[in-house]
Amino acid sequence: MSASRTVLRLEDVVKVYDSTPPVRAVDGISFTVEEGELLGVVGPSGSGKSTLLHVMGTLDRASSGLVEVVGYDVSKLSDRKLSSLRSRHIGFVFQQFHLLSGYTALDNVADGLLYTGLPLDERRFHAAVALDRVGMGHRLDHLATKLSGGERQRVAVARAIIGSPEIVLADEPTGNLDTATGDSVMALLRELVDMGTTVIVITHDREIADGLPRTIAIRDGKIERETVAAGAAI
Amino acid sequence: MSDQKLVASKLHAADVGRTAAVGLRSRKTRAFLSAVGIAIGIAAMVAVLGLSESSKSELLATLDRLGTNLIAVQAGEGIGRGSGELPDTAAPMISRIGPVEQTAAVASVDANVYRTDLMPEDRTNGLSVQAVDITLLDALAGTVADGRWFDEASASFPTVVLGSVAAERLGIDEAGGDVWLGDEWVTVIGILDEFELSPDLDRAALIGFGAAEQYFDSDGVPSTVYVRADPEYTDEVMGVLAATANPINPEEVEVSRPTDALEAREAADDTLTALFLGLGAVALFVGGVGIANVMVISVLERRAEIGLRRAIGATKRHIAVQFLGEALLLSILGGVVGVGLGYLITAIWSSYREWDVLVSQLAVFGGLGAALIIGSLAGLYPAVRASRMSPTEALRTG
Repeated sequence: MSASRTVLRLEDVVKVYDSTPPVRAVDGISFTVEEGELLGVVGPSGSGKSTLLHVMGTLDRASSGLVEVVGYDVSKLSDRKLSSLRSRHIGFVFQQFHLLSGYTALDNVADGLLYTGLPLDERRFHAAVALDRVGMGHRLDHLATKLSGGERQRVAVARAIIGSPEIVLADEPTGNLDTATGDSVMALLRELVDMGTTVIVITHDREIADGLPRTIAIRDGKIERETVAAGAAI
Repeated sequence: MSDQKLVASKLHAADVGRTAAVGLRSRKTRAFLSAVGIAIGIAAMVAVLGLSESSKSELLATLDRLGTNLIAVQAGEGIGRGSGELPDTAAPMISRIGPVEQTAAVASVDANVYRTDLMPEDRTNGLSVQAVDITLLDALAGTVADGRWFDEASASFPTVVLGSVAAERLGIDEAGGDVWLGDEWVTVIGILDEFELSPDLDRAALIGFGAAEQYFDSDGVPSTVYVRADPEYTDEVMGVLAATANPINPEEVEVSRPTDALEAREAADDTLTALFLGLGAVALFVGGVGIANVMVISVLERRAEIGLRRAIGATKRHIAVQFLGEALLLSILGGVVGVGLGYLITAIWSSYREWDVLVSQLAVFGGLGAALIIGSLAGLYPAVRASRMSPTEALRTG
C-alpha cells in the first residue's frame, strides 16, 4: 500500500466569535485527515461542528491554530487565494442542496467549475460525466425544481466532485432526506471514497456516524471522543 | 506549506453575462417591472429630444422656404400712434433703399365682399377687402390654389383673388364665378393657399390698386408695405425702414419680421422641451431608485446563492461583478426598450404632423448612456453589499 498523503491538518484550532460574552465555538481541536478517508464529525446542535466545517472549508478563518488544507497553510492565504483553493481543492455538499432553481441539473453541476476559468462546453462535458457518476445521467436536462430531494442531493454531490477535489465536505447531507434516500446518498459518498476522494461528513445523526469508519465526536467546541471502527484502514 | 502554486479563480467574460442574467431568469416579472421605470424615463427623453429636433428641422425648412428677409412695415394704430395709414410716399421711398429687392403695398379698401347682392350688409363674415400690389404674391412666397394671380391688366379691372379663408367662408371653391364686392359684381380669378407669414390676408378679398381706385374710391394709401431685402442686410434695412416710410413721424411706423413669430413659437416650444426633459430625468432617477431597491432585496433573498458561489470559488469581486452586471442588464434592457419607444413616439407624432422623423444619435446614445450610468449607480451599493457578505453568514441565513 502506498503512503497516504495528509490532505487536512488541524492543530489546536480555536474559533472565537466576538459576541458578548465571546463564544469559543471551536476550542483547541487537532486532527489530521488522510487522502481517501471517510471521516464523520458528529455532535449535537450547537457543538461547533458547523463552525468547524466552515474553518476546514476555508469559508471562515480560525482565530488561532494551524489549518492546513492540501498542504496550504490557510492563515497565510489572502481572501482571493482562499477562493482559488476552494474552486479547485474543496467540494461542498449542503443540507439545503443550494441548487439554482432556473437551471437544469447539468448547468447546476457545471457551475461547480464556473470559477476555474474553463469554457462552458467543457464544464458541461465534465458535468455530464459527474452526473453519470452519481447515477443521474438520465436527468441532465431536468430543472432543479423538478427533481426529488434525493435527486437534488445527488446533483449537489455531482457539483461537489466535478473538479475532482481532494476533499469533499458534506454538511448534514441527509438532513433533508427520508431514511431510505439518506442511506442511498451515504452509499454514494462511500463510493466516492472507494474511488479515492476524501469525504468529511458533518452530522448530528448518531446512526449515520456509527456507520462510518472513523468519527470524531465534538461537544462545546472540543473533541469529546474519537472512534475508529475495527478493521478500518487509516 | 505546499510548493504548488494556486491557480487563481477566474470568471470568463461570457460567464459574467451569464451569472448576471441568473436573477433576471429566475424572477422575470420583477426584472420586467424594474426595467419599466428606466424605459419610461429614457423614452420620455428620447421622444422629447426627437420631437423637438423634428419640429426644429421643420421650422428651418419653413424659414428656408419663406426666407427670413421679409419685413413688414405697418402703420401704428391707436391713440398717439397715428392714423393707421402710412404716407402714400412710403412704398416708393422704401423701394429706393439700396438692399431692398422688392416691395408690395397693401391698402385697406372701404368695402365688403358677399357671395351675392342679396346678402344683408352686416353679414361680412369677418372678411376684409384689400388693395394689393401685384408683387405681393411673390413677396410673401404665396401660392395659388386655383385660377391665377393678378397681372398688369387684371389688376386694373374689377377682378378679385380670394384668400383661402375668405374663399371658404364665401363658399367658393374654384375660380371663375362672381362675388358682390362693394356695389359691383366682380369676377373671382384666383383662390390662394394659406399665407404662412401673413394670416390676415387669408381672410381678405384682394383687388389690384388700379381697380381699387377706379371702382371703389380707394385713395391707395397703404396700411402695410411688405419688403424683401437682401438677406445679408436685412437688419440694416430694418433699422432705416421707419424713418424712410414716414420721415416726419417715424415712431408711428411698426417694423417687424413675420418669421420672428415662427421663431418665437419655437422658443416657447424649447421651454416645454426643457420641462419634459426634466420630467424624463425625474422618471429616470425614480427608475434608478427602483432598480437599486430591487437589487438590495435580491441580494438579501439570494444570500444562499452568494454563499454557495463563494464556496465553489467565487472571489468577492466575482460576486460584486455579478450583481453590478445584473443591475446594468436591467437598466440596459430598460434603456433599449425606452429608446425604441421614444423613437416610435417621435415617428408617430412626426408623421401625424408631416415632419421628417429626426432622432439624433445624441438622443439614442445619450439615452443608453444615461441608462448605463443609472444602472451602475443603482447597482453599486447592492453589489458591494453582496460581495462583503461573509460566506458563512450567507450560508447560515440563506
